Amino acid sequence: MRRAEPWQKAEIPGPEKALVITRPEVVTAMIKRAKRPLLILGYESAKLDLGEEKLIDYAIKLAESVNIPMVATGHTVSELTKRGFQHAAFMPAVDIANRLRDPDWKGLDGLGQYDLVLVTGLRYYLAWVMLSGLKHFADKVKTISLDRFYQPHASWSFPNLPVDEWHSYLIDILKSLGG
Amino acid sequence: MSKKDVHFKVKELKTDIGVFKDLEVSIGRVFEETWLEQLGPTPYPSITDLREWDLRLLERYKPFYMPYCDVCCLCTMGKCDLSRGKRGACGLDIEDQQSRVVLIACCIGASTHASHARHLVEHLIGKYGRESLIDVGGLNVEVEAPITRLICGIRPKSLGDLEDALDYVETQLVHLLSATHTGQESSELDFESKVFHAGMLDHLSLEVADIAQVSAFGFPKADAEAPLAELGFGTVDASKPVVLVIGHNVPSAIGVVDYLNAHKLYGEVEVAGICCTAHDMARYDPKAKIVGPMSYQLRFIRSGVSDVIVLDEQCIRTDTLVEAQKTGTPVIVTSEKNLAGLKNRTGDAADEVVEELVYGKVPGVLILDPDLVGEVAVKTAMKVAPRRAKLKVIPSVEEVKAGAAKCTKCYECLRACPNGLPVMEALAEAERGNLERLADLYESCIGCGRCDNACPVNLPLHSFIVKAAEKKLREEKYKIRVGRGAIQDVEIRDVGSPIVLGEIPGVVAFVGCSNFPAGGREVAEMAEEFAKRRYIVTTSGCSAMAMGMYKNGEGKTLYEAYPGAFKAGGIVNVGSCVANAHIAGAAIKIANIFAKRNLRGNYEEIADYVLNRVGAVGVAWGAMSQKAASIASGCWRLGIPVIVGPQGAKYRRMLLGRKDREKEWYVHDARTGDSVYVGPVPEHLFSTAETKEEAMVMIAKLCMRPNDTSKGRAIKLTHYIDLHKRFYGVMPDDVHLYIRRATDIPITMKDEILAALKEKGWKENVIPDPTLLPRLIRKREKP
Repeated sequence: MRRAEPWQKAEIPGPEKALVITRPEVVTAMIKRAKRPLLILGYESAKLDLGEEKLIDYAIKLAESVNIPMVATGHTVSELTKRGFQHAAFMPAVDIANRLRDPDWKGLDGLGQYDLVLVTGLRYYLAWVMLSGLKHFADKVKTISLDRFYQPHASWSFPNLPVDEWHSYLIDILKSLGG
Repeated sequence: MSKKDVHFKVKELKTDIGVFKDLEVSIGRVFEETWLEQLGPTPYPSITDLREWDLRLLERYKPFYMPYCDVCCLCTMGKCDLSRGKRGACGLDIEDQQSRVVLIACCIGASTHASHARHLVEHLIGKYGRESLIDVGGLNVEVEAPITRLICGIRPKSLGDLEDALDYVETQLVHLLSATHTGQESSELDFESKVFHAGMLDHLSLEVADIAQVSAFGFPKADAEAPLAELGFGTVDASKPVVLVIGHNVPSAIGVVDYLNAHKLYGEVEVAGICCTAHDMARYDPKAKIVGPMSYQLRFIRSGVSDVIVLDEQCIRTDTLVEAQKTGTPVIVTSEKNLAGLKNRTGDAADEVVEELVYGKVPGVLILDPDLVGEVAVKTAMKVAPRRAKLKVIPSVEEVKAGAAKCTKCYECLRACPNGLPVMEALAEAERGNLERLADLYESCIGCGRCDNACPVNLPLHSFIVKAAEKKLREEKYKIRVGRGAIQDVEIRDVGSPIVLGEIPGVVAFVGCSNFPAGGREVAEMAEEFAKRRYIVTTSGCSAMAMGMYKNGEGKTLYEAYPGAFKAGGIVNVGSCVANAHIAGAAIKIANIFAKRNLRGNYEEIADYVLNRVGAVGVAWGAMSQKAASIASGCWRLGIPVIVGPQGAKYRRMLLGRKDREKEWYVHDARTGDSVYVGPVPEHLFSTAETKEEAMVMIAKLCMRPNDTSKGRAIKLTHYIDLHKRFYGVMPDDVHLYIRRATDIPITMKDEILAALKEKGWKENVIPDPTLLPRLIRKREKP
């Protein structure tokens, strides 16, 4: 635990590896500095416990705290709707990644491409390859993995963390964003 | 039939127009003159013959690469760092490298099927003769080899005729593989075109292999009511000597069955199979038992039930000999592709070999003669069964608990598991005496054994899971309809019109391996959903087995509850992996039999027809292998989209359309020559779904085609919207893209959809006679 090495150990990425988030303030600062942030939320978020709630509940609070637009992948939108959150776009994980690598994409709102993408709640290996696609082909987009396990293809990632510590980091990020 | 490479020399030839001396004539191929169908433009296509078609597809469905790693390590100038636009020492960039790796994978897959087909054809010619006739369905199947007709421009009549097709495949595969050498192809799109070529060759190999074995071995011939066979771990009678066969290439398994039948030993000795050999063995003799898909290898071997293991080829565990030695089970390897370091005993007397296996003088032997395999396997099983007393390495409950107490809570098992199953937490429960959580892992476990290898204190974790689920295993008793082979011509005539017009909402093929993200049950659930919705559901390989391991409320498997006919609401098991040819073949036959399009060497036109008119989708929910990749790539070139499970993203590239780019969704109207917007149909050629719910919505969407009539489109939209609302809880946000005319709107959803259309500023459009090929336009626009 608490190591910046791929959670699935054989998934060795190569020379370019994610910088490790050692303090939650790093994430907060990047979100505040971003002009066009985006949150991608996978279906695992509806299953993963985070304290008394699920990761998806946290993601809703995060999105609402600073009005980050959200793309729900898989059929995650159904869980968002159940929770009364109706502002998420939805599309397959590889579709949103494919759009993010296109410098001419106008975004969900027609106002242009995104500069910071937060990713959480996808299966580890799906996030792995998706982040790799963005690392190589979306050079204007920075990516942050908010998952509990180190994602080496992201620009920034937590190391492998115990659940409590991960929870605490996420709460700190939310608080510092006013959520 | 065509004859290839005709070459003759004439010393002196006197004719009306003069005298020719030392005349030498060389002709690539001579085509059969008795077949009246006109030869199309691309018989035996070379790598470049269909390149324009490929590039048309790739223009719309652009590759999106998701590299596994940043480097290339294929030559000694490397490793080369290809991250962020860097090029390697040879000049290749990361996109080229990814497409190159995909091509290598597809060449491996296609070569494997081609090699399988070659072995089968040679074996069958040796046994039945070159003139032995091709017969895949008697009078019910006139178009006996749609893929061969389409690609090669030949009508194979006999086993010997199939050799021509295989000669072509083998030559092309060498060219393709050579393009992956350092310093060859430099464009990722041309790598992708070659990927499509490999896929097309793969489909040809599949067809050759299956029509050869169906014809010669007398498998069910396009029989919608093919018999039901027993499926499941619990169907094998462990009190008898058991011969277990594993793999894909059936002659050795047939050697076992023939020996049992010839010596009236069926009933005294059990023969059971895992993976596609089991499919084909049950097609040969439905008394044979099917244990399950490839994920069952480790658990069944460790259970000690088998008294001898016969391995042939493909998807076999390469540690079988190691595992078998733990239970004292002798192994017979039978394929040149897996010699396993064992001594070749093909020339030795059966009893001598049996003696050595029974008394453990050797752990296994290589035998390349299927009849000898049959004799040795049966005799060995009968003698070894009482001696080894079903020695198993599955631990007792007490041993599981004691083992659990040794767990160091290091997380290595969790980190090694491809599906991230919570093995460690389940072990903690087991230590407290509760094996339920271990048992719960069983259905999601793909049986890879990586947890065992990762454990630093050498706990046999996979065996712990199997022990915990022992009761479930014993209760696994199901029925599967054995592979029926081809689709009858009359079935195609019956469904051709409703499929092309869209009134049968689609043909969904659940195929491929058992690397399921959350267990095989999901495949059964998806299949049943679409059968209930009156789609035509087809299946093959490990997916066909997984689908059978599920009973409905009435205690029936899908094969008992749904008809095996190729019709709306049917669940059609075509057979093993190589029988996938009949699914692609059905799409091709719709173009030929229903629409009267020529097949003969006419690939591009038929693929254009399938892409624009035949609402077929492949779903490889547990896709794992290079063979699955090459089968999928054959579908792409033919215009059939493929969906994989989330693990399929590890194939490292998708072929994705962009529905938000209107300009990419225009076709030619063959009637008028007009360029017409048809919407994003089908939206993708290769995509991955994160959950089965997403897959089901995607399946319904990808079945839409430009040619759908309004009635057909309304039916397809009804399913798409209904599934979307059920699983996503909301209306789709892209309905307006799929409605061309007001009459496309499903009547029961009219108000809701009209409101959505108004919001999007929707305008009515025409429904064209769609084609991507300018040469098929019958009337051109006036200049």
